[in-house]
Amino acid sequence: MTKAEARKKAEAAVEKKATFGSDIPLSEYGLARQDLEKVSGLQDLQEEDRKTLINVGVVPNEEGRSGSFVLMDNTMVHSSQHGPGIEVMSVQKALKVHDWLEEYSWKAVAPDMDKYTARAFLEDADGYFIHALPGQKVSMPVQTCLMLKSKGAAQTVHNIIIVEEGAELEVITGCSTSKHVDEALHLGISEFYLKKRAKLTFTMIHNWSETIGVRPRTVIIMDEEATFINNYVALKPVKSIQTYPTCKMEGKNGVCVFNTVAVAHPGSEMDLGSRVLMNAPGCRAEITSRTITTGGVVIARGQMVGAASGVKGHLECKGLILSPKGIQIAIPELEARVADVEMTHEAAVGKIAQDQIEYLMSRGLTEEEAVGIIVKGFLDVGIRGLPPQLAAEIEETLGQVDLAKM
Amino acid sequence: MLEIEDLSVEVGGKEVLHDVNLSVMAGYTNVLFGPNGSGKSTLLMTIMGFSGYKITKGRILFNGEDITNMSVSDRAKKGIGLMMQRPPNLIGVKLGSLIKVMGHDRVDAEALAKDLDLSSFLKRDVNVGFSGGEIKRSELMQLEAQNPCLVMLDEPESGVDMVSIQKVGAKIHDLMGGTSCAGKRGQVGKAALVITHTGQILDYVEADRGYVMCKGTIACTGNPRELLHEIRSKGYDECISCKIKRKKAEPISVTEV
Repeated sequence: MTKAEARKKAEAAVEKKATFGSDIPLSEYGLARQDLEKVSGLQDLQEEDRKTLINVGVVPNEEGRSGSFVLMDNTMVHSSQHGPGIEVMSVQKALKVHDWLEEYSWKAVAPDMDKYTARAFLEDADGYFIHALPGQKVSMPVQTCLMLKSKGAAQTVHNIIIVEEGAELEVITGCSTSKHVDEALHLGISEFYLKKRAKLTFTMIHNWSETIGVRPRTVIIMDEEATFINNYVALKPVKSIQTYPTCKMEGKNGVCVFNTVAVAHPGSEMDLGSRVLMNAPGCRAEITSRTITTGGVVIARGQMVGAASGVKGHLECKGLILSPKGIQIAIPELEARVADVEMTHEAAVGKIAQDQIEYLMSRGLTEEEAVGIIVKGFLDVGIRGLPPQLAAEIEETLGQVDLAKM
Repeated sequence: MLEIEDLSVEVGGKEVLHDVNLSVMAGYTNVLFGPNGSGKSTLLMTIMGFSGYKITKGRILFNGEDITNMSVSDRAKKGIGLMMQRPPNLIGVKLGSLIKVMGHDRVDAEALAKDLDLSSFLKRDVNVGFSGGEIKRSELMQLEAQNPCLVMLDEPESGVDMVSIQKVGAKIHDLMGGTSCAGKRGQVGKAALVITHTGQILDYVEADRGYVMCKGTIACTGNPRELLHEIRSKGYDECISCKIKRKKAEPISVTEV
């Protein structure tokens, strides 16, 4: 498909509603700014913005990071890379530097998938390009941040990660809203390519706010024996988020893991899915979701398709209801297209078992303490192996949740 | 320390305990015998205050205070502690962090764990995949961290192997020993109420008084070793008939001597 053809398709899809999630009227959201001031180091950002970064796991002094990329609205304000074996730059720049990148751009995510992808495509959205070179085991993570800065604007983002053959990479992405910004929208397109024996650990922390709409569109394409680990953490309020990252396992013996941890606050609507298509023999996949509602709606979707022999997968959605006003919906789906697949799922929603609470109370804990420790444990299962700095963030969020009002 | 007066309890709409009278004095260890399903565990769960055990009659006094309607937490804080038979799994909650939270960081979890061969369990989820004996040791460690005045043990020897029983027995002995308890530090001695089937635990713990529970009520009281001997030789049937006999003569007295 040529670029002109893709454009035509995108133009035809500007009104195309998405399969899931409430429909967001895009005409109400203006262009996000492309003229924000750039900084040479993240330390040079305003204090408020630096705090926002820290809250989503981004280290302003870039210590222990192989690279950083920050997009505010539609402006790339900072991009840096440290050490060999890796490239970090904007997608727009990378498309100029590497002729071959055209082969990857908008190839995993279709421009006409829905109105949100269409808008990002038609705006020629920019975002991060992270490239781990063949055989390079990048020891420290690359950090990126996508931040909303203007009221009423739609941030459009297009990211590409390529992990070459035998390379290993860890990426931490924090998405956030600048203070005092409301009624904004984030449309983020991400295309990840994992070559033979490549490994990518991708951790995304969402930290939006009560009036923000979010529609990420992510597709991962994996080659032979590649490993993809996705951690998604969303503990703060959001108006509406709908996401359904899809991993296409095209090479044999790949491993794919999706971990999701989310809290739906009152007024939040979260439709969170993970989809794995096991298209090659011997692939393995695991989807784990731990969601809590303190008054919002949360839908935990999971889909696993076994289309090749000898694939194995397990899907687990567990949801806790901590408020009578909250709604938990778990929709696990398994689809086998050949006979010798082994796929299982486990879904459970409900409140915390009273015997667990009372067991802890019989040890002298108050009811609130008991609920707190159980909820923390519940979430911990979903994020085992996450970067340690997130632990504090999770503690803080739990502190804000009024567990007494169960 | 603990006085139970005319206690009747319903579980799932069915009366399980009827007019139970029992007491444990400070410094005493009382033992509860009885066949399966006679209501022993129900009694301990009711004393601890668990929901699902509905008191329909009578009251529970702890150190003179009526705790019949008190929350589980408050009872624990007053100094009641329970080793459960089948505690629930707490997925995601590490045994080590629970001990820390319980002990308000005053307790050395590592040392407690080392003592009970549970060092590698501190990083494991509470009760998840624990064997019967491991559950007992974990419960015991939690009780040590809690340091209650009244220790209630529900079959501490069941599921524990022959080697571990010595360790568990010694720990229980320590737990009830001279150290002052959390609630009334230094003022009163500890008390214990122990459910046992085999009486094995009596090799490690000096018991002062025995109760036999049958069909939801106390059928007999007396010297624990004598009671155990009777039960071993004649079974529980004797206790039931014995109660019937005594009922004719005089109501069962439960006053501490």
